Amino acid sequence: MSASQPLLDVRNVETHYGKIIALRGVDLTVNEGEIVTLIGANGAGKSTLMMTICGSPQASSGSIFYDGEDITRLPTHLIMRKSIAQSPEGRRIFPRMSVLENLIMGAETAGNKDVEESLKKAYDLFPRLKERRNQRGGTLSGGEQQMLAIARALMSKPRLLLLDEPSLGLAPLIVKQIFDAIRDLNRTDGLTVFLVEQNAYHALKLAHRGYVMVNGKITMSGTGKELLARDDVKAAYLEGGGH
Amino acid sequence: MLRFKEPFERRSKGGWPVISGTEKFSHNLPQEKILVFIRGSSKRELSQKRGLATTFFNVQKCTLTTKRWLEPSGGLNNDMEYFLQQLINGVTLGSIYGLIAIGYTMVYGIIGMINFAHGDIFMVGAFISLILIVALGVTASMPLALLILALIAILIVSMALTSVWGWTVERIAYRPLRGSFRLAPLITAIGASIVLQNFVQISQGARNKPLQPLIPGGFTLSDGSGDSGFVVQLSYSQILIIVVTTVLMIGFTTLINKTSLGRAQRSCEQDRKMASLLGINVDRTISLTFVMGASLASVAGLMFLIYYGVIDFYIGFLAGVKAFTAAVLGGIGSLPGAMLGGLLIGLIETFWSGYFSVEYKDVAAFSILAIVLIFMPEGLLGKPEVEKV
Ligand SMILES: Nc1ncnc2c1ncn2[C@@H]1O[C@H](COP(=O)(O)OP(=O)(O)O)[C@@H](O)[C@H]1O
Ligand SMILES: [Mg+2]
Repeated sequence: MSASQPLLDVRNVETHYGKIIALRGVDLTVNEGEIVTLIGANGAGKSTLMMTICGSPQASSGSIFYDGEDITRLPTHLIMRKSIAQSPEGRRIFPRMSVLENLIMGAETAGNKDVEESLKKAYDLFPRLKERRNQRGGTLSGGEQQMLAIARALMSKPRLLLLDEPSLGLAPLIVKQIFDAIRDLNRTDGLTVFLVEQNAYHALKLAHRGYVMVNGKITMSGTGKELLARDDVKAAYLEGGGH
Repeated sequence: MLRFKEPFERRSKGGWPVISGTEKFSHNLPQEKILVFIRGSSKRELSQKRGLATTFFNVQKCTLTTKRWLEPSGGLNNDMEYFLQQLINGVTLGSIYGLIAIGYTMVYGIIGMINFAHGDIFMVGAFISLILIVALGVTASMPLALLILALIAILIVSMALTSVWGWTVERIAYRPLRGSFRLAPLITAIGASIVLQNFVQISQGARNKPLQPLIPGGFTLSDGSGDSGFVVQLSYSQILIIVVTTVLMIGFTTLINKTSLGRAQRSCEQDRKMASLLGINVDRTISLTFVMGASLASVAGLMFLIYYGVIDFYIGFLAGVKAFTAAVLGGIGSLPGAMLGGLLIGLIETFWSGYFSVEYKDVAAFSILAIVLIFMPEGLLGKPEVEKV
């Protein structure tokens, strides 16, 4: 693979829910080792793009390449076995499984031989999970569930981590803890991160590059700094932000 | 054991229809399984009736008890021996219900659908076993080791065949309708059930299929010398059923709780979309759930055949309704719930028919179900709804 080839390459993707169109020709790339963020208002189609990358729902037109391979028409479970992992919107913790079992589920099909080591890493990243390892997922607090969702995604030792609104509904202190963890993972392990956020200020500060989505289309892109400096971005996404 | 209240009404045990038609049936009933209760006001009357009974059943050795059955006043039988016998019979019947109930509960857990064709898999399992037993010439007179080996081999074949059926039905009748309106797969399930019943009825005939007892004999726990004069027996076939069920349930619970396949199964049950996001092949997991349910039902089929010695194409419907009731009683979707529910339904039914009346045993079982559901809508061991995310 050439070094210039992006790890994730989304080309002119359209996605429909029945007759309703949710993505109207999205182009976007994520290079190896980058943190890329996608910001946009509620209902813009960010989660839809996240899920379309994972094949659920599948794109109705356009194509998605991962590591040079066309994955547009692959079933979800096969896409997710290709070192892609997602911490989805709403966290989707298995409520009647223990924290430990939730984590093990993350490594189940990845062919990850060293589950113990991955577990240790997960507990190092979020020590709180270790304390709670035998507690049922459904009884965790929102912040703990978010940590678990991220840790579970990391259990498969992914190259690309898709994170959908990890800060949603969490106290600022926990948001900071989670964003710090993402930065660390990127710096020390070279993990590539595609981050969807409504919390635009933090996301753009963290990310190398960012995209803005409006009504199913990418309307702006640039480095995090560039986007943060733009007046239209400020007006639309950072009002009252900047905390 | 079959129990006949005088005057030799055709009775069935624990609600299973065993005998129909008017022919004498000594040829298809294990003699030591017949117990006739006679009530009489004088010694003379009793001995007359005893004579009649032996002739009627055409057996010499049938156990007759001339002591109290139900007192003319309708008072309850309070003998310890009688109670013990009901308990043994109830647990045996409950084991069979439990094995079937697991299939209902697991399929419901994973795709939220009542698989109405499940009871018929039990019936087909019994028929496959019967055909193989006859074809291989398996009889009680074989050396024990050979008999056990033959039964295991038969069980494996029967499990394999019913699994293929369970898998196929899911594939062609349910999967294409996933995401369609909720009632659609229910209708195809009933269709699949009718297809299977009719196929067996046409290919095997509608009449009862008897089988000579394969595992005769048992332990006599009380020889009738007690106050009640009631003989308590724990037959070898009952022991077999209870032991096999217990082993299977422990094994199956371990499979679901501790293995990779079990985790995949539970994850699909809790959040199918998330499971697929973790690389789980959801379709395959659903198929395997059907296969596991079908396997257990076919074990129940063989157990039923060995225990009662008579099957017909309709046993799947009755057993299916009971096992479904058991699953709901225990909390549909819950594995331990299905086992507990099965046991309870078996016990309720047996005790009700032992102490009150055979006619109302189903009413009793369903009434208790209704009462439990009023106070515990999720069933006894159901999952609290709050945890749904
Ligand atoms: N499962 C679905 N079925 C139908 N429409 C959906 C579904 N999920 C999302 N949508 C619609 O698609 C659009 C984009 O939604 P979404 O991707 O969730 O936006 P975002 O994540 O940016 O808030 C919205 O109009 C939403 O109503
Ligand atoms: Mg969203």
